[in-house]
Amino acid sequence: MLLEVEDLHVEFRTRDGVARVLNGVSYHVSAGETLAVLGESGSGKSVTAQAIMGILDTPPAFVTRGSVRFHGEELLSASADRRRAVRASGVAMIFQDALSALNPVFTVGFQIEEQLRVRRGMSRADARARAVELLDLVRIPLARQRVRDYPHQFSGGMRQRAMIAMSLALDPEVLIADEPTTALDVTVQAQIMDLLAEIQRERQMGLILITHDLGVVAEVADRIVVMYAGRIVEHADAVSLFRSPGHPYTSALMRSLPRLDSKGTALETIRGLPPSLLRIPPGCPFHPRCSRAEDICASHVPSAVRLGFGRTSACHFAEEVVGGPRG
Amino acid sequence: MTSQIAPAVVEQPRGLFGDAWHTLRRRPLFWVSVSLILLMLSLALFPGLFASGDPNLADLSRSRGAPSAEAWFGYDNQGYDIYTRVVYGARASIVVGLLATLGVVLVGASVGMLAGFYGGWLDAVVSRIADVFVGVPFVLGAIVILTTLNAGGDAGPVRIVAQVVLSISVLSWPVAMRIMRSTAIAAKQQDYVKAARALGASSVRIIGKHMLPNCIAPVLVYSTIALGAFIGAEATLSYLGIGLRQPVVSWGVMINSAKDYLRVAPHALLFPAGFLTATVLAFVMLGDAVREALDPKLR
Amino acid sequence: MGRYVLRRLLQMVPVFLGTTFLIYALVWAVPGDPFEGKCGERDCPASYVAAMREKFNLDDPLIVQYGKYLLGLVQGDFGLTSSGVEVSTRIAAAFPVTVRLALVALLVEAVIGITAGVVSGLRNRGFLDSLVLVSTLFLISIPVFVTGYVVQLVFGLQLGWISPTVTTPTFGNLIVPGFVLASLSMAYVARLSRASISENRRADYVRTALAKGQPNHRVVGVHLLRNSLIPVVTFLGTDLGAFLGGAIVTEGIFNVPGVGGLVFRSILTKDGAMVTGVVTVLVLVYLLMTLLVDLLYAVLDPRIRYD
Repeated sequence: MLLEVEDLHVEFRTRDGVARVLNGVSYHVSAGETLAVLGESGSGKSVTAQAIMGILDTPPAFVTRGSVRFHGEELLSASADRRRAVRASGVAMIFQDALSALNPVFTVGFQIEEQLRVRRGMSRADARARAVELLDLVRIPLARQRVRDYPHQFSGGMRQRAMIAMSLALDPEVLIADEPTTALDVTVQAQIMDLLAEIQRERQMGLILITHDLGVVAEVADRIVVMYAGRIVEHADAVSLFRSPGHPYTSALMRSLPRLDSKGTALETIRGLPPSLLRIPPGCPFHPRCSRAEDICASHVPSAVRLGFGRTSACHFAEEVVGGPRG
Repeated sequence: MTSQIAPAVVEQPRGLFGDAWHTLRRRPLFWVSVSLILLMLSLALFPGLFASGDPNLADLSRSRGAPSAEAWFGYDNQGYDIYTRVVYGARASIVVGLLATLGVVLVGASVGMLAGFYGGWLDAVVSRIADVFVGVPFVLGAIVILTTLNAGGDAGPVRIVAQVVLSISVLSWPVAMRIMRSTAIAAKQQDYVKAARALGASSVRIIGKHMLPNCIAPVLVYSTIALGAFIGAEATLSYLGIGLRQPVVSWGVMINSAKDYLRVAPHALLFPAGFLTATVLAFVMLGDAVREALDPKLR
Repeated sequence: MGRYVLRRLLQMVPVFLGTTFLIYALVWAVPGDPFEGKCGERDCPASYVAAMREKFNLDDPLIVQYGKYLLGLVQGDFGLTSSGVEVSTRIAAAFPVTVRLALVALLVEAVIGITAGVVSGLRNRGFLDSLVLVSTLFLISIPVFVTGYVVQLVFGLQLGWISPTVTTPTFGNLIVPGFVLASLSMAYVARLSRASISENRRADYVRTALAKGQPNHRVVGVHLLRNSLIPVVTFLGTDLGAFLGGAIVTEGIFNVPGVGGLVFRSILTKDGAMVTGVVTVLVLVYLLMTLLVDLLYAVLDPRIRYD
């Protein structure tokens, strides 16, 4: 297994109390595979990614339990040097807003070359040549000139391409893309997703795609993990999940998505708000918003129910949900 | 990256100032500085309550007497009771600080608001004039102004105080003006001002009703800190012998007369300097607390 | 960029004229006889006074006087002091001392201020942070002349570690006055760096640098510092301009023979030509410093463009 996360617990110790941000998250990704992590903001998707990278802000964030393994090697207990060695060369990450994620006072070239020079001991000239190659690879026109530009001189889409080029500098085996297209125009979004998919295919990387956009997921994901309130509520391959969601939250998400074949019917919204992580309701965290909730949902946390084909759903009524009428 | 104070007003249900007050109330720093300021203000208003002696009673026989039970802070070179004079000195120091702040803020803020709101040649002219006054180093400018004003010969206490207030204000208004000008320019771009203008509101109404309440916060913070700084400035000028002077009693005047006997009577310098520092400190802390409360980013 | 500099230089002309005229008018408008006491106990002979009034154009209207002064200035002629020495000679003797003092103060301010600010900004809300906050509050609140006297009293008179006055203005002898002069700004630099560091510490690009596997010293020393110190460096530049013009109090306490003492004595002795001469130089230095700072800002932050 390339990268595995198991039973990860993270809490934020704030002045207002302890927020349980992750409550036992497990997922894995293999080489050449795309795993989509789906969820609303605050569901813990990005925190999981940052815990994998080891770049959580501590304090306030603390990993209290669980395991992150890369090629079977435990990372959470590894030395700081070892963790740093894995970053970018083993597991790399790209961020949502490339404008703020790139350092405004250094050229794009410098920020790519920096890794090659510091981590690989490359000479200035070699690093520059490699940076131009990488910018070429992500199809930035006139790469030889643009390498000397600052991030603010790039357009939004170009900046995200530069960010991708930067993440590829040390040839990582896993790439975590945290909402890579959210800040972009719709037309540019598709281009960036295509580029990511293509690079992933060519390099046979494991890709963890974090998003709240079901549409993005549908096109590229092999498997999907749906998160809610720091838990994984459903885990399935993309095809079966879209055919028949196995958790009421997933179905609600899908019903809130506009569809071509349901023109004229009103879109549904999920009533209520995600729970405060300072006070997660007892039982199933989704039950206050769930249309199928019964008494048991308010008292017992559902464990993951196996639905076959590697699917799981953390719902007391998972079998009924997955077998029920679609939509 | 630009701090936008204005949108916060719209978002906060309590309003910017209500919200700031809510935050302030729970800050110990705020209460420490407020009580210190209240103490100094009561010294300034009712010095007789705190000291029974006469601040102008000099008795050379007790010259440079060390602090003791009957004279807590000792006596200075001329035999003045330092404690009594420190108490009575609060008034002049604080009056100068308050009046200078008032002058700087009134002039600076109104000129800055007009320059920021109307822009164009008015802004250009006002900004250049401000540059002229900022270009002169503060102490140097104040010395030149005060020597010119002092040349008239003996002056009464009111005139002495007025001169110091005037010279501080003349040299400091550009700071308040620049702060107000830049907030006004930022506020002018806001949608609520554009909307008011589109609805046909007059300039006077836009400035008074829409811009002023949203632009006042940074100047308010500045004025709190400036008040402390101006009390310090008064002391500096008096120390140089060109600010306040006899018959006015202020902390700066006391430090000025104590500085030549530093080696033999350091207490004559340290007590007024301590009160001076405490007062400036109180205003700086208050300014800090108010700024943090008013700036949503810092919370 | 070139056009921006040109525009700024043009904007400086009216400011320069305004400032020097203001000072000129104030200095020469002093009521009373400017030559009083210049001839010892007796009143000056009428012929001397007439000659001096002629020399300083005192019988012309103020604006004409100023015009003539300016004309001389443009030709490099600062005029004579009332005791007949070239003003430019006096300035040339005193200015290097002030420059030395200003540089010492700047160094002290930058090294201590930035170190304290960065350390406390990196450890938010720890003991060191509180220590820095409290000590900067005190430094800001204590007037410079009090700091000066206390330092002189404690280290010079009581402990005897330093000589209480500067006899020869070498860099070494200027360290203590430099500390006193820098004390206030040091506190501002510390607070500014602290605010800047703690604002940028959680910035996305810092997380990116971490995610890139950069070693900690590079994340902080290259990525975080480079961004956080932009406002600090511009503050330091402005402050250098202020130091070059405003060390009157510090120079007075420690008897440093610099520009501050020179101008203060000249004002007290009503030596108009000397005062206007010094102020002219100081204003020029100040204006050029502000322009330099703005240009430096554009160099440090590539997002700033002056067109």
